Amino acid sequence: MTAAAFASPPAPSPLPEALPILQLVGVRKTFGAFAAVERIDLDIRDGEFLTIVGPSGSGKTTLLRMLAGMEAPSEGDISLRGVRINETPPARRPTCLVFQSLALFPHKTVGENIEFPLKVKKVSPAARKSRALELLRLVQLPESYYAKNVMQCSGGERQRVALARALAYDPDVLFFDEPLSALDYKLKKVMEKELKDLHRLSGKTFVYITHSLEEAMVMSDRIGVMRAGRLVQVGTPEEIYTQPSTKFVAEFMGEVNVFDAVRAEGGWRIDGVDGPATLNLPSALREADAAAVVVRPEFLRFVEGPAGAQNRLTGVVFNEYALGSRIQYQVRVGEKTFLLELSRANAWRGKPGDAAIIGWDARDAIVVAA
Amino acid sequence: MSGATAVADASRLAVGASPARTRAAFRLSRGALCSLPVGLTLLLGFVAPLATVAAYAFATPKSFDVFRSFTLTNFASIFDPANTVWQSFVWSLGLAVLTVVALAVVAYPIAWGLARSFGRWSGFISVLFVFPLFVSENVRLYGWTLFFLKNGVLDGTLKLVGGAGPEVLYTPGAILFGMVYVYLPFMLFPMTLGLAMVPKDLVEAARDLGASRLLIWREIELPLATPGVLIGMLLTFVLAVGAVAESKVLGGQSVIVITHDIEIAFTYAQNWPLGSALALLLTVIVGALSLAALAKLDLDRILGRR
Repeated sequence: MTAAAFASPPAPSPLPEALPILQLVGVRKTFGAFAAVERIDLDIRDGEFLTIVGPSGSGKTTLLRMLAGMEAPSEGDISLRGVRINETPPARRPTCLVFQSLALFPHKTVGENIEFPLKVKKVSPAARKSRALELLRLVQLPESYYAKNVMQCSGGERQRVALARALAYDPDVLFFDEPLSALDYKLKKVMEKELKDLHRLSGKTFVYITHSLEEAMVMSDRIGVMRAGRLVQVGTPEEIYTQPSTKFVAEFMGEVNVFDAVRAEGGWRIDGVDGPATLNLPSALREADAAAVVVRPEFLRFVEGPAGAQNRLTGVVFNEYALGSRIQYQVRVGEKTFLLELSRANAWRGKPGDAAIIGWDARDAIVVAA
Repeated sequence: MSGATAVADASRLAVGASPARTRAAFRLSRGALCSLPVGLTLLLGFVAPLATVAAYAFATPKSFDVFRSFTLTNFASIFDPANTVWQSFVWSLGLAVLTVVALAVVAYPIAWGLARSFGRWSGFISVLFVFPLFVSENVRLYGWTLFFLKNGVLDGTLKLVGGAGPEVLYTPGAILFGMVYVYLPFMLFPMTLGLAMVPKDLVEAARDLGASRLLIWREIELPLATPGVLIGMLLTFVLAVGAVAESKVLGGQSVIVITHDIEIAFTYAQNWPLGSALALLLTVIVGALSLAALAKLDLDRILGRR
């Protein structure tokens, strides 16, 4: 990718205290009696890559459509650099949305698609063409694609054309509505990195929505997790990973061991697991707290003696799964199932069906709201 | 290996192969078998009459000597400068073109509404437009005659309030009105389909990229709806060129369209060869115009399949 395609060099990483480019205050959107988005407050920083993650139906698309101007909020305010833009139509916002379907114009060539926003701005044909060729280079498509019919392009190529068209509009903020969801896994991984590189090069603000936290982790400066119309947690990938605020966020992150802690005499123990296993927790739980405990598979280990770990459970290894360089074990303790992950070098020597003691240290557990 | 054995081998091979080949020749593929009924129907109901008409066109005038005489006299008399039948061609084609243009303008907004904004009312509104088709065309046209007649519905009502009705009945304008009215559904539904085929997010994306309504219409909506619009125009043009009831009922005798001339040749004049020659000429003109339009209509390119 060439930085020459952008007039000004990209700004270094944005300062957190800078004026937010987009600000949402108490934004709510209802369709009839159904509230798709419930009172969201969010500051989107100038130049950041923010990803909104949530399962389908969590309201993330509605949120994005409000930001892009395709829906108006029912309540609350959206402002762009301090100016309220609730009812400003999409054409008059310095923003551009890359649709899930990409919405490329099928009757136009790759070049005509990219040039469309420039044609709207009445840029001369010669200037349009040179900009389109520049953008083709930027998204790593050969210049010969200029005259190609867009429907003859492959999925990944169309992705790049859609990106080039959005960049031709030269928006301050680019919105992405799960544009990578139709690609195969390998291409998706490539495009994720390219998108992040493009973000660095362009210095523009990217707001991306996806249902895949994995995708979000790779690309984002910050991640917002949505559930049932609410923003559950907003933070850096590191924060989301190490300090999930709720059980939902922790579970959404993928394969983790999450269990409810219940009051037992003299302390806390795991719901659904019999025996004397009193929990050693990283922080004290108050009496009234309903809490869940999260332990990542890589923090669980097989222990030999009673002194092996601060928390110990006895169970049966049900199955093992090879993940390339790592191996996962499914261990059943009572009616609970635990996932345990080891590197191949430290593989467990037993076989499925064997009894085993698993354990973890208190500092490796995370206590979250249930 | 001797030469004689080789010959014997070859003949045995030929004998062995021939029954299989014969069977293959008589066994029709499943596709051919399925298209047999429609093929036969077309052959008997479409090709045979057309061939007969074509043959009659070259028969001796005012005779029934079909397949037994060959003459170009019928065409010579049509192209004779003294003959005014060309005026009928001009009227038919001109009225058809005007009908198509008027229909395109009238039907587009309704089609847009049906495809985009009427929502759950679309079905009901479609039925309203289809409903007149259940009533005979002549009955509907006589209805309009009563409406436009002197002291009829329009004129009488205007007189009651002290005005005077316009003299519209038995004019080319009335014919045009009748054709637009009768052929509206044939323009409306292909057009609606064409507009429904335009993905909504393309329009949204164009708007997001700053395009005005006019630009979106010109650059996105119209080109993508073209297949439907063109099919509607072609259909109504072909129907309108062949229309005769409108000019007879609403136009009185003010205008003689070509189909009327053909009818007269076959009936009162008892000159089948002349009628056939006129029909053949009309078929050739309409066919050529339609093929020219179809050649422009590249469905694959419009739909982006190529």
